[in-house]
Amino acid sequence: MAGSAPRGAGRRLSPRRRARRIRALQYAVLVALVVAAALLADWRLIGKSFFDPQLIRYTLLHGFVDALWHTAAYTAGGFLLGLLAGTLLALMRLSEVAPYRWLATIYIEFFRGLPALVVFMAFSLLPLAFSGLTLPWYPYGPAWAALGIVGSAYMAETIRAGIQAVPRGQVEAARSLGMSAGQAMRKITLPQAFRIMVPPLTNELIMLIKDSSLVFVVGLSASGFELTMFGRSMANSNVNITPLVVAGLGYLAITLPLSILVRRMEARA
Amino acid sequence: MPATSEPLIATRDLHKWFGHNHVLQGIDFAVARGEVVCVIGPSGSGKSTLLRCLNLLERPQRGAVLFHGEDLVDPDCDIDAVRRHIGMVFQQFNLFPLHNALRNCTVALITVLGMKRAEAEHIARANLERVGLADKIDALPASLSGGQQQRVAIARALSMDPQLMLFDEPTSALDPELVGEVLAVMRKLAEAGMTMIVVTHEMTFARQVADRVVFMDDGGIVEQGPPEEVVGAPREQRTQDFLQRVLDPVHTG
Repeated sequence: MAGSAPRGAGRRLSPRRRARRIRALQYAVLVALVVAAALLADWRLIGKSFFDPQLIRYTLLHGFVDALWHTAAYTAGGFLLGLLAGTLLALMRLSEVAPYRWLATIYIEFFRGLPALVVFMAFSLLPLAFSGLTLPWYPYGPAWAALGIVGSAYMAETIRAGIQAVPRGQVEAARSLGMSAGQAMRKITLPQAFRIMVPPLTNELIMLIKDSSLVFVVGLSASGFELTMFGRSMANSNVNITPLVVAGLGYLAITLPLSILVRRMEARA
Repeated sequence: MPATSEPLIATRDLHKWFGHNHVLQGIDFAVARGEVVCVIGPSGSGKSTLLRCLNLLERPQRGAVLFHGEDLVDPDCDIDAVRRHIGMVFQQFNLFPLHNALRNCTVALITVLGMKRAEAEHIARANLERVGLADKIDALPASLSGGQQQRVAIARALSMDPQLMLFDEPTSALDPELVGEVLAVMRKLAEAGMTMIVVTHEMTFARQVADRVVFMDDGGIVEQGPPEEVVGAPREQRTQDFLQRVLDPVHTG
């Protein structure tokens, strides 16, 4: 078998030649698709529907900055709240008191398993069960609470994994120096754990930015619109997609610098 | 060895199980102030577990660990307070990777003892100097060699001004050419009168530095005494077999 393989290759293509042909075919398909798109699409209509320059200007000047601010503020507050609650939940999951572990597990599995939209809808109906319940700092309070509830469930698992990724010897060294369990956690374990958690926590921040597009269901009026609701209402009233494109670019304006920042931090660590 | 004075640390009928594995089978063991004790024995003999029971990193299921006569196993004992007086050096160094050498030495002084930063740094500098690393105070652990890391770990433990130092195979993770610098620091420490319990495979160190060598096997102390007896002329067959394997590994199957 082994001896006959090189000779038999005379008829069939060698693996590298075959790979080269397949690659050439892939380029050919790509070029064909681009040419077809260029010839068949109505570029004037597409340009006018997606990138109408006048409408871009109008969108940017009439509420875009407010919407961008609301998206950023809802997300930032929700993330901070989620980080605090998530740390607490992670510590509960690692607790020696079994009921704390159970409670944290139930919370995490419940809110991770439900669509964020369902949680937000239920959240908006809470006053039905708790009459007179109103959250302060409208529109920020309700948005922060809703995003914090969902975010904390995701972040708790990330934080727990980060804490457990810190080698046991670190805690032993800290405890052998006389630190209490709490001091070792705060001074030694958590700083290292958060360092480990930066990439996954950033993913969760980006997810939360996108989830912030759903908080309108907790009952926000036009004055509290974030990017998605703003873009949608502008698109509807102008019968044009351009405002939604602008809103989408608004998201990228937040998420892209974030990704770059994290990549830098990872390179430095 | 002042055998009559009250021991600094002692164990009484110490038992430890890991699952069904009876790792320590009733250890009675005492170390006097100023004594240097080397614990030797095959892997799995329980020597590291015994050492880790002495500052309660492992919790024994039965028996007592007495430090100045106070039982550390007793739930009423403030173990954090006791550990301030018992330094520990680990096989894997366990330096805090985000802190430089100086911060590694000061973090406990500041956190545990509530010391002012300047005072803590003064103490840390003195101890880093003592282990020959005065020029490395700003270095992060990752930028240090294994031998330097272990010396920082010793300085970190010494900064708490302990009455007793525990060494858990301090040179086992080191490249052979780096073992000497760590042993030299430990020898200096012993000569300065520090009470030390050293779990080790370094027979030369045991022979030259130890006041007493303890040979453990199968969760018990098989024999103990001055190094010239236990290492030089062991009485027990098991000790002889072990030393044969350690000192002449090429000729034992």
